[in-house]
Amino acid sequence: MAILEVKDLAISFDQYTKGLRREQLRTIRNLDLAINEGEIVAVIGSSGSGKSLLAHAILGILPKNAKVSGTIRYAGEVLTPARQAALRGKEIALIPQSVNFLDPLMRVGEQVRTSVRNQTNAAQAQKDIFKRYHLRPEVEKLYPFQLSGGMARRMLVSMAMVSGAKVIIADEPTPGLDPLVMKEALCCFRELADDGCAVMLITHDLESALQIADRIAVFYAGTTVEVAPVENFVGTGDALRHPYTKALWTALPQNQFSPIAGTQPQPNTFISGCCFSPRCGLATSACRQEQPEMRELRGGMVRCIHAS
Amino acid sequence: MLLKVRDLGFRYGKEKWLFRGVNLDLQSGEIVGLMGPSGSGKTTLARILSGYENAHEGSVTLDGTALPRSEYYPVQLVFQHPEKAVNGRWKIEKILQEGCVPDQELLVSLGIEKAWLSRWPHELSGGELQRICIARVLGPKTKFLIADEMTTMLDPITQAQIWQVVLEIAQKRNLGVLVISHERSLLQRVCHRVLGWDEWRML
Repeated sequence: MAILEVKDLAISFDQYTKGLRREQLRTIRNLDLAINEGEIVAVIGSSGSGKSLLAHAILGILPKNAKVSGTIRYAGEVLTPARQAALRGKEIALIPQSVNFLDPLMRVGEQVRTSVRNQTNAAQAQKDIFKRYHLRPEVEKLYPFQLSGGMARRMLVSMAMVSGAKVIIADEPTPGLDPLVMKEALCCFRELADDGCAVMLITHDLESALQIADRIAVFYAGTTVEVAPVENFVGTGDALRHPYTKALWTALPQNQFSPIAGTQPQPNTFISGCCFSPRCGLATSACRQEQPEMRELRGGMVRCIHAS
Repeated sequence: MLLKVRDLGFRYGKEKWLFRGVNLDLQSGEIVGLMGPSGSGKTTLARILSGYENAHEGSVTLDGTALPRSEYYPVQLVFQHPEKAVNGRWKIEKILQEGCVPDQELLVSLGIEKAWLSRWPHELSGGELQRICIARVLGPKTKFLIADEMTTMLDPITQAQIWQVVLEIAQKRNLGVLVISHERSLLQRVCHRVLGWDEWRML
């Protein structure tokens, strides 16, 4: 059974456009995703596809003007705001995007110790985790500004590790890291999953996600269009199900490097039917009428009436 | 034209040298990749080449003469984070015209839509804003382009779209391009030659 299950999630924002006129901005619609223990699911999508909002919705840290519908279940039970508050940082942990999330005025060792749960000896837990991630003991005395990018990344991962969380959500952990540091950060996640954690890796970097994830969930315009096992990303991409996923795969520099035209629609544009149909070569009039349902296909999931 | 870098050295304050003895030749029409670990000074080199920073030793010359200090700089830089490279209180149209007025043909080839011009930067996606930044630096007097992790923050489709146009323009206008990235597959795809860490930097 999935430890975390998101079903039909929709998020909209109330925005003031001019004076007192308000507008509903639907940033996420029809989002489905499930993660099992010991598994890494990478959530792939371009900027503005609603990836980070998903993480914030799971943790219950969306801004006040957000309206959420659909269900999120953790260990089989619905996540209510009260339960989210009780679980976040303990059973569900976020590895934030940037070093700016560390407290700039607190020594990093101290920060890691404050995240320790379920263990009596916080100092020992912090020392052990530093050793595990090849951080020298004297690093605990440093302040965040004294860390290199790679060290800071490991610090953020350490904090999630010592929290003993069962679900870890990593938001864009890789951009700007060189291959060596990147590999190190990615290995951390694999280890977490091998220890029984469920890891959700949110990224736009398909290449690095493919190195460690078990399954890839592809987002487009706030919708999950496909969930595919990582093995499907080979050769010319024939094993992939959705035309958008295929387009992503073909656009990688090591493949054809050939892009499809157009851009992802803005959240405030109305799209009838399939959100990808304006850019899709397979689109027919049926695609433009109704949003396709998510269905199972060849060991994955797809939201496209043409996929077979 | 030839952009020539000789014995370039840079350090922050009294710290140890970030790099020293950097040599690089970039011809018009040539696309050269630069790869190296983070913190090795790639971005600093990019900033020196495009006139945002002064080197502590060595020289950068264009066809044997020093680069101008008070007119349009022929070496232009595209930054990694477009949202940090534009003035958030300016509309797109004003941002585009910061260096010179780009011609219509350039805007069309970059896929920049008229409707964007009246918007604020935060109303465009990262890929759209990066196109604006590219259009802004491609004035007629631009001879060399430095792309510092230009598409790192973008998804593969947008990355391929942008590179397709930039390579086309570079060829048409015979621009020299220095591509800085840590993605080997991208460099191998777009560059004529790729310089590794040891070839360009020594300490």
